[in-house]
Amino acid sequence: MYTQAMDLPNPDGSPTLASVDSEAREAAFNDRAGRGEIVEARDWMPEAYRKTLVRQISQHAHSEIVGMLPEGNWVTRAPSLKRKTILLAKIQDEGGHGLYLYAAAETLGVSRDELLNALHTGKAKYSSIFNYPTLTWADIGVIGWLVDGAAIMNQVPLCRCSYGPYARAMVRICKEESFHQRQGFDLLLTMAKGTDAQRAMVQDAVNRWWWPVLMMFGPHDKDSQNSELSMKWGIKRITNDELRQQFVDATIPQGELLGVTFPDPELRWNEARGHYDFGPIDWTEFWNVVNGHGPLNRERLAARVAAWDEGAWVREAALAHAAKQAARERAAA
Amino acid sequence: MSDRKEWPLWEVFLRSKAGLDHKHCGSLHAADGAMALQMARDVYTRRQEGVSIWVVRADQIVASAPDDKAALFDPMADKIYRHPTFYELPDEVNHM
Repeated sequence: MYTQAMDLPNPDGSPTLASVDSEAREAAFNDRAGRGEIVEARDWMPEAYRKTLVRQISQHAHSEIVGMLPEGNWVTRAPSLKRKTILLAKIQDEGGHGLYLYAAAETLGVSRDELLNALHTGKAKYSSIFNYPTLTWADIGVIGWLVDGAAIMNQVPLCRCSYGPYARAMVRICKEESFHQRQGFDLLLTMAKGTDAQRAMVQDAVNRWWWPVLMMFGPHDKDSQNSELSMKWGIKRITNDELRQQFVDATIPQGELLGVTFPDPELRWNEARGHYDFGPIDWTEFWNVVNGHGPLNRERLAARVAAWDEGAWVREAALAHAAKQAARERAAA
Repeated sequence: MSDRKEWPLWEVFLRSKAGLDHKHCGSLHAADGAMALQMARDVYTRRQEGVSIWVVRADQIVASAPDDKAALFDPMADKIYRHPTFYELPDEVNHM
């Protein structure tokens, strides 16, 4: 509905009429974005702004639907009917979040099929965190508490993002996300009050997830190439390192409530800074997982591709049925 | 994959409770109206956000163009006499 016309550059690299014009427009655009004005779907925007948004929103959408996989792993093995219905509701939410975000990306002139194709062929990324396995039931609690907790830290500032359709999708998502984190903590609290074996399971899950969760905030500010432009455009409001620190500060006291420790010998409260200090992150592991060499990258992608391929006949049949119904209605009229 | 036909895009409008207008809440792809309604119910009313749903095919919506914003809406900026606060009445006239 909102396809953007794009000016192709001259083959000799000389400026086109449109590009001279667009320099002035771009300056005006940067001004407006800098003042906190909201950009809507069919407004003029610099091509780089559009591309950045398509990349970020679609990555985010892919993360939501790939994120259904590690949790789906435990639906049939949830320990009670209550926990099973909660888990199903959460997974259904994640599917919904993916939809809101795909719809927001589509307002930028890309089709859903193009977006999914980029995921299925490995051209588009999703959050590295979902390439780790969910080995025990405690992992489901830790995903809610830490993974969704980190996601909330990231997502709340996006509700004020300069691109209207993305910001509105984020408002809806953040409202629902709070349930995800609370049910996770509630699950862990229940296990923490249980047997020694259950407490050990919780501790083991925290040990395995803690560092990958800190990596979710992305590279350090000094190594983050896209950050500066995104800040200027109001797509991003708070830097990776600031968000990571906020998350650590909020989470450590919660861990104390659960009676768990964190696998970081350098973690301690720094009175002078008014923040927790924490140890160095293993960025080699991060880039390995991002570049496809995490524990489950292949399995996750294969599951998505299989779901798409195996659903093809349903999509085609539904369209054929709709066409037949429409033809019948026309004939009857 | 990209040559396969996509389900059309629908815009979803929700009435959150009786007495309020339907309000745009999002979009989805569906093969036909009945499916769009069913999916809108599944996706946008999981927490009782609505009591009534409209779905409209996105390609059926006629919208004003962003470039026409000034021509369409600026002429109203100087018509302040259309607002009740334009008129200063004596205090004796209560609640008019």
